[in-house]
Amino acid sequence: MRYAMAVDTRKCVGCSDCVVACQTENNVPHGFCRDWVVEVMDGTYPQLEMEIRSERCNHCVNAPCVRCCPTGASHFAEGGIVLVKKTECIGCGACIASCPYDARYPHPDGYVDKCTFCEHRILKGMKPACVEVCPTKCMYFGDLDDPNSDVSVVLKKRKYKTLIPEAGTNPQLYFLI
Amino acid sequence: MTNRREFIKISLLGAGALAAGAGGYSFFRQSSSVPDSGILPTDLKRTPTYCEVCFWKCAGWVYKTPEGRIWKITGNDEDQHCNGRFCPRGTGGVGMYYDTDRLKTPLIRVEERGRQVFREASWDEALDHIASKMKAIASQYGPESMALFTHGSGSSNFTNLMNAYGTANIAEPSYAQCRGPRDEAFFATFGEEVYSPEITDIRDTRCLVLIGSHIGENMHNGQIQEMSDAIDKGASIITVDPRFSTAAGKSKYWLPIKPSTDIALLLAWMNEIISKEYYDKKYVEKYCYGFEQLRNHVKDFTPEWAYGITTIAPDLIRKTAKEMANASPAVLIHPGRHVTWYGDDTQRIRAIAILNALMGSWGRRGGFYRPARISVAGARIPPYKEPSKTWQDLFPGKYPVAGSVPTNILIDASIPENNPGYPVKGWIINGTNLLSTIPDINTTTKAIQNLDLIVAIDTMPMEYTGWADVVLPECTYLERYDIIRTSPHRKPQIALRMPAAEPMYNTKPGYWIARELSKKLGLEAYFPYEKQEDLLDWQLKQLGTSLSEMKNIGVKTFEREYDDLYFAPDEQAEFATDSGKIELYSSYLEQYGFDPMPSYVPHEEPPEGFYRLIYGRAPMHTFGRTSNNPNLTELMDENKVWINPKVAREWGLRNDQEIWLRNQDGHVSDFPIKVRITERIRWDSVYMVHGFGHTQKQMTRCYGKGASDTGLITKVLVDPIMGGTGMRSNFVTFLTEKEEQEAAL
Repeated sequence: MRYAMAVDTRKCVGCSDCVVACQTENNVPHGFCRDWVVEVMDGTYPQLEMEIRSERCNHCVNAPCVRCCPTGASHFAEGGIVLVKKTECIGCGACIASCPYDARYPHPDGYVDKCTFCEHRILKGMKPACVEVCPTKCMYFGDLDDPNSDVSVVLKKRKYKTLIPEAGTNPQLYFLI
Repeated sequence: MTNRREFIKISLLGAGALAAGAGGYSFFRQSSSVPDSGILPTDLKRTPTYCEVCFWKCAGWVYKTPEGRIWKITGNDEDQHCNGRFCPRGTGGVGMYYDTDRLKTPLIRVEERGRQVFREASWDEALDHIASKMKAIASQYGPESMALFTHGSGSSNFTNLMNAYGTANIAEPSYAQCRGPRDEAFFATFGEEVYSPEITDIRDTRCLVLIGSHIGENMHNGQIQEMSDAIDKGASIITVDPRFSTAAGKSKYWLPIKPSTDIALLLAWMNEIISKEYYDKKYVEKYCYGFEQLRNHVKDFTPEWAYGITTIAPDLIRKTAKEMANASPAVLIHPGRHVTWYGDDTQRIRAIAILNALMGSWGRRGGFYRPARISVAGARIPPYKEPSKTWQDLFPGKYPVAGSVPTNILIDASIPENNPGYPVKGWIINGTNLLSTIPDINTTTKAIQNLDLIVAIDTMPMEYTGWADVVLPECTYLERYDIIRTSPHRKPQIALRMPAAEPMYNTKPGYWIARELSKKLGLEAYFPYEKQEDLLDWQLKQLGTSLSEMKNIGVKTFEREYDDLYFAPDEQAEFATDSGKIELYSSYLEQYGFDPMPSYVPHEEPPEGFYRLIYGRAPMHTFGRTSNNPNLTELMDENKVWINPKVAREWGLRNDQEIWLRNQDGHVSDFPIKVRITERIRWDSVYMVHGFGHTQKQMTRCYGKGASDTGLITKVLVDPIMGGTGMRSNFVTFLTEKEEQEAAL
C-alpha cells in the first residue's frame, strides 16, 4: 500500500478551504496550519501565467525528517504516511530544519506537528478532510498500489510534477499540470 | 525562475506562523481533543443548517463534540447549492459562533450618536424604547417614515414586522449596491431575472465568458464547483478583466480590458457575431424581437472601433467571438452578480443579455436552465395595511424601472435639505453594515444625524452599530431556526436551519426579536406562532414532510413538475416582455425614455498620478462581515493594494510598504494599507479586496487592518434606470509618509 495525493493546479482556485477544513478537523492551534496555498506568477502584463497549489507534507518515500529524528518519533505508518508520535517527540526541531517543503511546525504543547493525510479518517475509509471539502474537487487521494484508486487513475491520465525533486526525497504529493 | 516571478503564500504556513490572534481568543479551537481520540463525524450528533456566512445559503451539517461543543460544519451531499462541499467561509462559520467580540446583550445609547457610549439594557427595556419611538414616528409623520435596511435570512422577520407596521420602505443593499442592474436588464430582455443561485448552466457549458466576474475569488460555491467541472470537461473560458484574476489564470483567452469600456467590447462582439452570421438564426427568428434594429445599431461597432477604446486587439475580439460561436448554444456569457460599476450598468448587462440571446443560450443546455422551486405557505395573518406613500413618492420620477427599493433613495430622503416628498425619520438595520456597504459614507452619516431612531440588529459590533440608538444582539445562524430555504434550482428543494446550540450570552433569534417588538406595537396578530419551529412544522406538513423528518435529512428534493429544464426543440416559449419575445430592442426601457439598445459612452479617466480604484472579493471572506471571524482572519487578516510593477517603480514603492490612499476628492484612507506589487493588475488601476480597514474597535481582530475601499468611494455614478450606485468611478493616489497623510487631512 502506498498512499499518495494529486492536486490539480488547473482547477485549484486557492480559496484555502483545505486549510480551514484541516485546522478544524485536526484541532490545529490558532496561528498554525498543516496545509497551505501557494500562488506562483510568471510573465509580464498581459502575458501572464499563474499556478495555484494546495500544499502539505509530501509524505516522502525517502523522508529526511524520519531519517534525522533522534528519538524515532517521526516514522512511517502503514501506506507510507509520515507521522509524528507526539509522546516520543522532544520538540528538538531537527525534522523542521530538514524538511525541504517547510511542512512541519512546533506545536505549542511541545511536539512537532504536521499533515497526517487524516490517518484517523482514512482508516475508516473516508477521505482526508481537505480532499472531501474542496469545492473544485481538485484533490485526488488514494493508494498508488491500487490501479483503480482516484489518485492512480488521474496520474495515468494527466501530466504531473512533484516539488523539489532534486532533493531526492521521492515525494508522494503530485501536482497535475 | 525569473526575477519577474512572484511567489505568494496565500495562507499562513506553520513553521513561520504568527502567534494566536488578539481578542482573548483561546489558543486552541475547542476544549476537547476531537481528532486525537479518533472521533469521526459519523460517530457524532449532527444537526442540519444552511449557511448564513454568505447569500449562497449552502445546506450542511453541524457536528458537536461529545462534550456538546460545536466542532465543525460540513456540506449536505443532497444539497444542490453545495453538493456536500462547503467553501472556506462556510467551513469557518464556527468562528462566527465562537467570536468573543460578539454583541452580547441589548444596548441603549447614552451619548450623542457616533460616540459609542452605551449602557446595557434588558430586552424588555430595549424593545420598549424602540416601540415608543416607532409609535411616535407613526403618529407624527406616518409609518412610511420608518425604513428597514436588511440582508440575509432574518430579513423575513423584520420585513413582516415593518409591513404590519405600515411601511414598504424596505431596502436591501443586494439590490442597488449589487445585482439590481442585472435583474432589471434580464427582466427587460427575457422577462425574467437570473435568480440566486444563478440559473447559469456552467456545468454543461462549452464556453464560459466572464465579464469582470471573478469566480473563484467570489466564492459562489455551486458556480465554482461547476466551473471546475467545466474545466474537467474541456470547456474554454474567456475572461474580460483589467486584473489577471484567478479565473483569468484558468482561461483560454484573457482580455485585459481598459476599465469602464466593457460596453464597447460587447458591441464589437455583437457586430462580429451578426456580420459573420455566427448567431443562432433559428433561435433569433423564433424567439427574439428587434433583430433588424440591433443589426443596424451595431453595424459600425467593429472590432477595430473597439480596439481604440478597450485596448483589446481586433484579432482577439474576433477569435473570442468565434470561440463563442463554436460553442453555441452551450455558451454562457455570465451575467455577473456585483455589477454596480459605472452608472450605465443596466445597459451593460443588457448587452450581455442580448449577446446570450444571439448565441441562443437562454433556455439551452450549457447556457441558462429553467429553474424550479417549491413555494411554502405563509402563516395566516391579517392583510397588511396599504401604505399611503411608497419610496416612489420620495423623489417622484426617479429610477422608474427599479423593481426593489434602492437603499440610497431612503438615505437621501433622510436628509431634510434634499426635500423629499415626505421625511424618513427612523431606521431599523438588520445584518448589513451600511457604512461599509453604501458608498459615500459622509452622506450616510449626515442622514443618520437627522433621524429620531436607529436600531441595529446584528451578531457583531460593526461600524453601523456604533451609530445606533439601540443595539439588539441577534444570535448566530448556528443558534436559531430560520425560514425554510426554497431557492430555485434545477430541482425544487427545501433546506432547514435549526439551532445546533442554545444562544450564547443574552442573544436572541430574529424571529423572537421581531415578535416581541410586534407585541409592544400591538401587531402580534402578524406573528401567530409563538415559536418559529411551530410555524416551520406547519409549513413543512403542507409540503408532505415535517420538522422531525427535516431534522434528520436537512434537505429534501422534489421532482420537477415538467421535464423542462431546457427548451424543447419545438417549444413555443413565451416571455414576460411587452412583445412576448426576447427583446433585443427594449420597448420597455424606451417607454421610460432610456436607450432601447445599449450604447458605449466614455467614462472619466484617472487624472495624472491617480489610478482607478477597483475592488473585489477574496474567497475566504464575505463583504466586511467576516473580517473578525477568528478562523477566517487566520487565512487573510488584511487587504493589500495591488500595484503594477511599472507604477511601483515610478513611485519607489516596495512590497509590504505601508502607504495611505487618497482619492480624487481628498479623502484619505483611515489606515495605511500594505503594497502588493504584482503583474496581475493594469498600470492604470489599483485593486484591493473589499471589507477591510474597519474602524470599529470592538472588532479586536480586524480593527485598523488594511484599508476600506468604501471610504474612498465618494464619487458615485447612479444608474438612472434603477438607482444602482456605480462604484468603480473613483481614483486614488499614494501617500507614502504619515506627515503627508496628516497634512492631507
